[in-house]
Amino acid sequence: MIRPRYSRSQKLPVMMGIVSIVLIILVLQLWLLTATMSAFLAGEGEVVIPAAAASLFCLALNGGLLVYIYRMERP
Amino acid sequence: MTGKSSDQGSVPPDGRPYHDQPQWRNDFPIDLAQDDLVSRRDFTKFLVLTSFAFAAGQVWIVFENWRRRRRGRLPIRKIAAVNDMAVGSSLIFSYPDAHDDCIVVRTGSERFVAYSQKCTHLSCAVIPEPQNGRLVCPCHHGLFDLATGNVLAGPPRRPLPRVRLEIRDGALYATGVEVRA
Repeated sequence: MIRPRYSRSQKLPVMMGIVSIVLIILVLQLWLLTATMSAFLAGEGEVVIPAAAASLFCLALNGGLLVYIYRMERP
Repeated sequence: MTGKSSDQGSVPPDGRPYHDQPQWRNDFPIDLAQDDLVSRRDFTKFLVLTSFAFAAGQVWIVFENWRRRRRGRLPIRKIAAVNDMAVGSSLIFSYPDAHDDCIVVRTGSERFVAYSQKCTHLSCAVIPEPQNGRLVCPCHHGLFDLATGNVLAGPPRRPLPRVRLEIRDGALYATGVEVRA
């Protein structure tokens, strides 16, 4: 990944944007977890693997965004 | 503790040098210009850790689902002799595992119903009320229909898992569990 070069005034909106995206993904993961748990307890096991794959994909996205932030912050 | 000088990056908000600043500012020499940015980065790190926890929870559900499928067909287990239970009486038994408490109620001369005793809300033990035709969860006043196990009132959203029963040679047997949505 190419390290981004931002001025201090540019970093703040970029950071806020990334935090917002991470928060939205996190809410999606929370919804996935509760819906999957509800389905599992109701005896419906078909959805658990696709839901877990989606949640892991969300985690990878969040991890990627965190790495992006650290690279952006590196002097 | 020594304070940071301005050439190390910390700039007091009033612009005066560090030796003119109060002691508390020397004790906590935070780079004010970087403060918000670092906090947001740490906040994002905790959000990603929470994201990891959610993903780990999903993987745990997959594992539990695999265990449930692997268990396959449940064993057939004797509960009691039919004549040992009077009409309107109930009996607690464990099925399929020792920690899975269930309850069987004799509702008629030839009619038995059995359910998991764990309330589908928060797993409190439900108590049968055969005279009222219902099972009651005392924790949050969840009510279940005794004949079907469906929710009548209260916070539970799913019916009680039903234990399949068979009568063989004058004895009552549990043959499986039916989890319903």
